[in-house]
Amino acid sequence: MTASEGDVATVEQVVDERLMKKSLVTQVMRRPELGAVAGFVLVTLFFLLVASDQMFTLAGFMNFMSPAAQLGILAIGAAMLMVGGEFDLSVGSMVAFSGLVFGVALTVWELPLLLSILVAFVVAGAFGAFNGQIVLRTGLPSFIVTLAFLFILRGLSLVGLKWATGGSTQLRGIKDIAGEGWVTEIFSGDAFEGFFAWMAAQGWIDTFRSGLPKVSGVPVEVLWFIALSAVATWVLLRTQFGNWIFAAGGDANAARNSGVPVRRVKTILFIVTACCATLVAVLTVLDAGSTDARRGFQKEFEAIIAAVIGGCLLTGGYGSAVGAFFGAVIFGMVAIGLTYTQIDQDWYQVFLGGMLLLAVLFNNFIRRRMTGERS
Amino acid sequence: MTSSAPLIEVRDIVKHFGSVIALNGVSLTVNSGEVLGLLGDNGAGKSTLIKTLCGVHKPTSGEIYIDGERVSFNSPRDAQVYGIATVYQDLAMIPLMSITRNFFMGQEPVKRWGPFRFIDLKSADKITHDEMMKIGIDVRDPGQAVGTLSGGERQTVAIARAVHFGAKVLILDEPTSALGVRQTSMVLKFVNRVRQQGVGVILITHNVRHAYAVGDRFTILNRGRTLGTYTKSEIEIDELQNLMAGGKELADLTEELGGTV
Repeated sequence: MTASEGDVATVEQVVDERLMKKSLVTQVMRRPELGAVAGFVLVTLFFLLVASDQMFTLAGFMNFMSPAAQLGILAIGAAMLMVGGEFDLSVGSMVAFSGLVFGVALTVWELPLLLSILVAFVVAGAFGAFNGQIVLRTGLPSFIVTLAFLFILRGLSLVGLKWATGGSTQLRGIKDIAGEGWVTEIFSGDAFEGFFAWMAAQGWIDTFRSGLPKVSGVPVEVLWFIALSAVATWVLLRTQFGNWIFAAGGDANAARNSGVPVRRVKTILFIVTACCATLVAVLTVLDAGSTDARRGFQKEFEAIIAAVIGGCLLTGGYGSAVGAFFGAVIFGMVAIGLTYTQIDQDWYQVFLGGMLLLAVLFNNFIRRRMTGERS
Repeated sequence: MTSSAPLIEVRDIVKHFGSVIALNGVSLTVNSGEVLGLLGDNGAGKSTLIKTLCGVHKPTSGEIYIDGERVSFNSPRDAQVYGIATVYQDLAMIPLMSITRNFFMGQEPVKRWGPFRFIDLKSADKITHDEMMKIGIDVRDPGQAVGTLSGGERQTVAIARAVHFGAKVLILDEPTSALGVRQTSMVLKFVNRVRQQGVGVILITHNVRHAYAVGDRFTILNRGRTLGTYTKSEIEIDELQNLMAGGKELADLTEELGGTV
């Protein structure tokens, strides 16, 4: 700047007396994940009152964190893409398709485990990029383009499975071929087993009569979920790319005028979302030892709902990964938590819809407050 | 400025869109530290001229000189490289993002820490706060959403951003058209301050009073041609108004209504 510092002092200050002091409440209200955290607290309180004590033991905790993590990994990808202003309805089918690619690479092509995983990621990433290119080049809503891929990928998974197995829709024996090793350790089973055994020996955690801990470790998907949430949060809030994501989703035109490479940002987000689906595929397929065509069925909707509960606006440009994290945890708690209560589990779907509606209403209200009803 | 060449000079710009002649020989110059009011009624060719200057359109014929050097732009990016910044009426601001994030959008200050690169939010906040202070807006919290700012404040943020990132020529497209009286004076005051920093400003408007308040010289466009350029001392505000609107009719109407239109 060329202006001298003296300038500052002489400038007449325009302080608008009608502007209210920013209270702590406003500060908190500004966080996109507020709704999800509030929901999390409510759901926790509800189960503390209603569910049996078993739910909040270490074992109960791992029980609901495991499905929460599987959904949450998808939700983090969905949330980032939504902040960037796009949807991907094909993530659920992508889980099945990536599972197929991974299974075929491992069992049919007999590639090493690590290479099979890489192949699955590359293929999924290519589909993600392709999705993105269609959306960006045609200007069609991503909603409809990825809806097409929801069916295409699900169908390809079925056809591919029958081709690979000679008629079955389930590909078995993956666990045996994968075998033991560090790659298997990273993508399946529990982590920190030694630490848990030690804690059991100290008498800090519950054990079976044999002295083995009831919870042998932290399921790896939970660690992946937490790590991914942390990385996504850092990227969104602290990096240049994160700022570009918000800008591309907030107003693609304005972002482009300011020099943000909107197309590249969105393409990368589509690829990231597809890779999140692949991660879930690898984790669950290795865990189950087989893959089938129904894997990830309707997960795209649950992932988007978790992202919305987490504060993502459907119009883009606003949301958070921390919110999506809590959104997914809420899902896990309710899905598993209901089995600890007398309540019929079919209430799950009612809850799902209700939560979504509440979240959207809440987000809408927040957005209006944020922008001071001016835009 | 070492050379005496104007910051930007436009000579005989012609722009055709198919059979439509949008610009038919427009010339203007802007010097450092000068506000040029570009006046013209709807359809006079103001927008086309601006889009040509900032690289959106390529002129059919005619020349553009920057600091005496002949240039031709293939994209808005090219124009930006030469220090031509345009602040559009519909703004390049994103309401849901914070003032700081808007201010640095696309040009975020990046800090390194080992292999990681991240935005230096602390210094970005400080720069934003200081720049806004210079304009005369005390943003206590640069983290607040741009959506909470008034139209005039958003306009000034956009201008401050352009100046901060090294604009030599600032093109303002109808900066006051959507604003109230107080907000207009805030923007005009800021334009004046920007000029004092040596930036050349092209202020496009059809509000003669706003142009006359800060302008040094005025170029009038009519039907794709320059009707003439006048310095402030050469012309009265009423005359300017008449010239812009095509003269006689408006003068007659003014008499009929017994007041200035």
